[in-house]
Amino acid sequence: MKTLHLAAYAAVLSMLAAAPVGADEPGPGGSRPPVAKTGADVYRMYCQACHMADAKGAVGAAAFPPLADNPRMGTTAYAIYVIQEGKGGMPPFKAMLSRDQTAAVVAYLRTHFGNSYAEPVTATDVPP
Amino acid sequence: MDPGRQAPTRRQLLNAIGLMGGTAAVYQLMTTFGHAAETRFPGPPDLSGSRKGQSVIVLGAGLAGMLAAYELDKAGYRVRILEFQDRAGGRNWSLRGGDRYTELGGPTQNVAFAKGNYFNPGPWRIPHHHRTLLYYCKKFGVALEPFIQFNHNAYVHSTDAFGGAPQRFRALAADFEGNVAELLGKAIDQKALDTRLTPEDLDLLREALRGWGMLDRDMRYVKGDRSSSHRGFLLPPGGGVNGTPKPSDLFAFDEVLKSRVWANMAFFMNDEFQTTMFQPVGGMDMIGKGFARQVGRLITYNAKVTRLMQGAGGVTVTYADAKSGKVGTAEADFCVCTIPLTVLSQIETNLSEKKQAAIQAVPYSPGVKVALEMRRRFWEEDYAIYGGHSFTNQEIGLVSYPNDRLLSDGPAVLLGAFANGPGGLHLGGMTPDERIEAALEQGSVFHPDSYRKEFLSGASVSWSRVPWAMGCCARWNEDTRREHYQSLVSLEDRVVLAGEHASYVGCWMEGSLLSAIDAITRLHKRAQEA
Repeated sequence: MKTLHLAAYAAVLSMLAAAPVGADEPGPGGSRPPVAKTGADVYRMYCQACHMADAKGAVGAAAFPPLADNPRMGTTAYAIYVIQEGKGGMPPFKAMLSRDQTAAVVAYLRTHFGNSYAEPVTATDVPP
Repeated sequence: MDPGRQAPTRRQLLNAIGLMGGTAAVYQLMTTFGHAAETRFPGPPDLSGSRKGQSVIVLGAGLAGMLAAYELDKAGYRVRILEFQDRAGGRNWSLRGGDRYTELGGPTQNVAFAKGNYFNPGPWRIPHHHRTLLYYCKKFGVALEPFIQFNHNAYVHSTDAFGGAPQRFRALAADFEGNVAELLGKAIDQKALDTRLTPEDLDLLREALRGWGMLDRDMRYVKGDRSSSHRGFLLPPGGGVNGTPKPSDLFAFDEVLKSRVWANMAFFMNDEFQTTMFQPVGGMDMIGKGFARQVGRLITYNAKVTRLMQGAGGVTVTYADAKSGKVGTAEADFCVCTIPLTVLSQIETNLSEKKQAAIQAVPYSPGVKVALEMRRRFWEEDYAIYGGHSFTNQEIGLVSYPNDRLLSDGPAVLLGAFANGPGGLHLGGMTPDERIEAALEQGSVFHPDSYRKEFLSGASVSWSRVPWAMGCCARWNEDTRREHYQSLVSLEDRVVLAGEHASYVGCWMEGSLLSAIDAITRLHKRAQEA
C-alpha cells in the first residue's frame, strides 16, 4: 500500500467516474461470468436463451427463428454477420464474443441440430 | 506537465465565467445545474378541445398504453385497447403463490410462495425523481413504501478478493475512502497539488480528507475508534463494566482495490439509484392494477396483433384471438402503439421505411430474475441485514433482501439473482430448475450455513423467454439514438409509438409514462388539425 504510486491511485479515482447506467440494471455485480471455451459452450451460454436448447427457436407474440435445419447455416459469412451485428431485438455479440468463440459457435451450428456443413470455420473468417 | 493544458481549477472556472458574463451568468450556471436534477414531468397532459367522436386504438395494456388510454378517454376520445395477454400491466408484473407461468420453450412453473409473498420479475424499485409514476400512483390510490436501496451492512463479494470471502460494504467502503484520503494527503505533503490549488484550498482539502477518510491527527488511516466508527467494530460499544469497544482490523488495501468496491460506491451515486426509492405495498403489479382500475373496461384481452395499416381514412389493426384463433379487425382514427420492438419488428405494417428501420434497430437486454422463498429471515436474524443488496461478481449479480414486513416471522422471498449481459443470457438459457440451482449455489457464498437449509421453493423469469415480451428492455446506444431515435418517436400520419423504448429513461416505468404523455400530446394536436 505504502508504495502505491500517485499515478496508480489517480487511475483508480478516474475509474470512479463510472459510465452512467441509464436503465434499471443489476449494478456492479455479475462482472465475471464463466468463459465459454467450445462452440457448444458458447451456444449454451449465449444463444439458447432465445433459440432454445434444441435450436428450434420459439413462437410467442413474435418468433425466435430456428437455427436447426436452417439452410442459412450453409453461408458462414451470414451467420457470423448476424452474431456480430445482431438483428432486430437480437443484440450484437461482437463485444461479448471473441473471434475464436464466434468461429467455434458457427462451426458448431453448422454441424449440429440437423445442419451438416463440414467445411471448417476459423477465427480468420471472423472480422475483427 | 504543461499547466495550460490542465483542467481549470474551480476558481479559474468561476473567474472565467464571471469575466465573460458577470455574476448573473455564474448564478444562471448554478441554477442550470440545479434544474438538471429536476423532473421532466410536465404534469398530466392538457388534451382539452378534442373533437367529438374521434377514436384511438391503443396497442398494449402496459403502463404506457394504459396511461395513454386513460388520458385520451378522459379527454373525450373513443378509446379501445388491444392486449396480447389475459392480464393488464405488461412488464409491471408480480408472481405469487398459486400463479402458473409458462415460458417460451414450454416449461411451466407453479409458484408455491406463502400467502402475502411475491416476486417482481420486472420493475421493482422507483427513484424518488420519477415524478410521473409517483403522481399517477397517488392519483390511482397505489400505496407506496420505501425500497431499501442502500444497506451499508450488506455484502460485497468478489471471486478475485479476500480469497472469495464476502465482506460488508461499510468495511470495504470505509477502507477504500480511508486509504484514498491518506494517499491524497501524502500527495499534498509532496506538493503534488500545489499547481492546482492555493494554500488555503489545500488546508481545506486536508481537513476534508481527515474528516471524510477518518484519518488520525497525523493524516494516517489506522486501526482505532475513528476507522471502526465507519467500518464497524470488532466488539461494538456496550453497556456496563465491559462496555469498552474494541476496534476492528483494517483490510489490506490491495484486497480492497481487488474487491472493486468503488463500483458499488459509484452505483449508489448514480441518480437512478440514489435513495429515496419506493416500491408498491404488496407487489409491483399493484401499479398495473391501479391503472387497470381506470381503463380495464376499455381492454380486449388475448388479442395478438398481426397487422397495422394506416390510410387516409384511418388505422386498421388486424388481430387474432389467442384462444379461438378467430381473426378480427379494429378501426380507429388514430393509433398509439406500445408493443415492444422485439414483437413490433415482426408485425406487418405500412409505416415508412425509416420508421420500420428504427423499429428493427434496437436490441433488447436479456434480464433474468430468480426468486427464492426461505423458511425464515435468516439474513435479518443472523446477519443483521434488513433490505438492500449484497453484490457478487458471479452471474447472479446480487442477492436482494425483502424491504417489507421487516422483523416478521414466517417464510420470506429473496431476490436470488438479477442477471443481465452474459450472466442473463446464460441463466436465461437454463431450465427453471437449473436457474434455481445456480442461484442457490452462487448465493450460498453470502449465507453458507442457511441458504440451502432454509430454502423452500423458487421461481424465475428469463425475459428473453417471456412469450409476450421476448426481451427485457430496449438498449439504445449513441449510434442508434443518433440514427433512429427521432424516426422511432415521430408521429407518422395517424400512428405514434410509445413505451420505455421511445424514451431516454429506458427500462424504467417512468420512461414509458413520459413517452406516453409526449405521444398523446402530439397525437391530440394532430387530431385537432385533422
